[in-house]
Amino acid sequence: MKALRHLLSMEDLDRDNIEYLLNLTAGYVEVSQRKIPRIPALRGKTVALAFYEDSTRTRISFATAASRLSADTITFDAKRSSVNKGESLRDTIETISALGVHGIVVRHPDSGASRQVCEWTDVVIINAGDGRNQHPTQALADLYTARAHFGALDNKRVAIIGDIKNSRVARSNAIGFTKMGAEVIFVAPKTLLPPNLNGWPVAHTHDINEVLDNIDICYLLRMQLERSAAAAIPTLREFHHEYGLTSARANRLKNDALIMHPGPINRDVEISGEVAERPNSVIGEQVANGVPARMAVLFALIGSRLDLVDSESAVA
Amino acid sequence: MSTLAIRGATVIDEAGSRRADVVVGADATILAVEPNITADRTLDASGCVICPGFVDLHVHLRQPGYETAETIASGARAAALGGYTAIVAMPNTTPDADNVSVIAEVRACAQEGICDVLPSAAISVGRRGEKLAPFAELVRAGVRIFTDDGRGVQDDQLMRSALEYAGSLGHLCPQDSIVLAQHCEVETLSEAGHMHEGEWSSWLGIGGQPGEAEELMVMRDIALCRLTGTRVHFQHVSTAGSVSMIRAAKEAGLPVTAEATTHHFSLTDACCASFDPLFKVHPPLRTQTDVGAVKAGLKDGTIDAIATDHAPHTTESKQQTFVAAPPGMLGLETAFAVANTHLDMRLEAILAAMSWQPAAIASLRSQHGGPVAVGRAANLTVIDPQLVWEVKGAQLASLSSNTPYENMALKGKVRHTIYQGEAVVVDGIAQR
Repeated sequence: MKALRHLLSMEDLDRDNIEYLLNLTAGYVEVSQRKIPRIPALRGKTVALAFYEDSTRTRISFATAASRLSADTITFDAKRSSVNKGESLRDTIETISALGVHGIVVRHPDSGASRQVCEWTDVVIINAGDGRNQHPTQALADLYTARAHFGALDNKRVAIIGDIKNSRVARSNAIGFTKMGAEVIFVAPKTLLPPNLNGWPVAHTHDINEVLDNIDICYLLRMQLERSAAAAIPTLREFHHEYGLTSARANRLKNDALIMHPGPINRDVEISGEVAERPNSVIGEQVANGVPARMAVLFALIGSRLDLVDSESAVA
Repeated sequence: MSTLAIRGATVIDEAGSRRADVVVGADATILAVEPNITADRTLDASGCVICPGFVDLHVHLRQPGYETAETIASGARAAALGGYTAIVAMPNTTPDADNVSVIAEVRACAQEGICDVLPSAAISVGRRGEKLAPFAELVRAGVRIFTDDGRGVQDDQLMRSALEYAGSLGHLCPQDSIVLAQHCEVETLSEAGHMHEGEWSSWLGIGGQPGEAEELMVMRDIALCRLTGTRVHFQHVSTAGSVSMIRAAKEAGLPVTAEATTHHFSLTDACCASFDPLFKVHPPLRTQTDVGAVKAGLKDGTIDAIATDHAPHTTESKQQTFVAAPPGMLGLETAFAVANTHLDMRLEAILAAMSWQPAAIASLRSQHGGPVAVGRAANLTVIDPQLVWEVKGAQLASLSSNTPYENMALKGKVRHTIYQGEAVVVDGIAQR
């Protein structure tokens, strides 16, 4: 198992790291179900949430995770801060580090931001999403959710469908599912695929109908309307018609196939509203599992060193 | 001012290679080129090569407007240390060099420098690509190279007009040629990008600039060159497709020339995997295939000149995210070493691409680019092609330190630079 200092990308994790974190997550799922869902594992530790991009879900998920571990949090919201006075990313990170925090959770609209931040501080950095590059804690929550249903992910077939080009979730999950032994296939028109897939551990197709019958996980991505994906397709209506998980398409999925989506959903764009409510849709579980998955990451990186702790002592 | 002998070196110029000492005189000309001669002062150059001073067709000196990154004086000093005796300053200053007063300002600032600084001027007012700059006035003020560098001229008709109008001004400078130099980039294809579009941009999730954004404009300008007959110079050629189109244009007899930067034949887009903005540059670092094609283009003469596109940026501006940071990297003080290390070419051919060929494109042959002969201007460079050294950005004379070669070992170093008869760099140290 690799020793980790930061969590920046699913590339940095080997299968043992991932399994360790998923096992830890399982313990924290149990903690989350207790009457008082709070343990003192990170008491006395302070986690800074440095958010340079709008994010309600990821931020409250990290805040909840830190709180359940008894860590203190400070929130840095770029929109209401001295970034508006021209303070640079480096200055801000150095300032937050100087406060004596133990970890900084960084969300940034630019790819690579969290990796660069590591050059400027000795504090543990956790990537909460950087541009179109990586969103590792989302992938860990998704892997946990899928593993909870299937037991193991070896040889499972995962289709990731939609706006892959602009998606950090797709990049993290393509790596994560592959490392866990699953097969990943991207489904999108060329305008929504990364321009060059040489060397990726994934297959791809432009025809969603080709994959529906034999996949175990149907992973739909949010159409990133704010990242100008609109120019890549004629209309959302046409996208829904050609690539959306409609009721008719959902009927073709295997009975035990999972429907996943990182949220928030554009209803009747990538998925029809009815399908999102079906019993095999685990979209709500993904959100719920985001908290214990982030507890696992926070504990592993801030509470101790990933390679030194066993999962039993982590939840004691 | 006394006479100065440079002793012990091999002389290489357009005429070939020979063992000779060189004596330069108080009148800034070469007094003698023959074995074993002495003078009032002597510079040791044993084991080295004396050649005509280097000429860089493409530098950004940041003055006026961005003097925290570089000034004309600091850029000229960096140039002299890199063996250059003449550099062409790009017009993307603040304000833009699209009128004679900015040109005059650049010349005035360069007056006391240790390297000739030739200001180029913008093709269009404000480099906005809408309206021609006052070409005739600028030619009368001594400008010979026009470019909107930093951008390409997007509008086809405006570019045609620029070529036709510039082609009508030859009578203003009968000895020289007027050159329109193009930064080839179709912005609708590239504007969402920050690095080369390919395997790496896809993996990293950074918007890409496809090679075709450059190639489409190379293709258009070759067509417009054919239509108008006016000389076109292609700046910082970076793709295999561009190289083969320029090769074909030359074979067809069109008056085109081209330059390649040192980074485009020594680095690839894989460097961007670290997300370090030091490797962000326009046009972007491309693939190994493109690097190979650029090298081949230099070797077979398709590409006439090695340029630097020296583009200083402050540490603060480069310590942003890859997406937010400005493009550009230093080049003047590493150019010869990078060329000597990375190009599989005879030294004579490398020097041709760094000195007399660019000097000819910029109409500088009366003063720069040799030959090393009695009576010629004493603008000379002494290089040690064998010396291996390690690049340290903080030690460079440029006000900025954004070199992409930090800590890399390179082979070949500039030892002395003689500018207008004066030893302005001695043993790698600027004398003023």
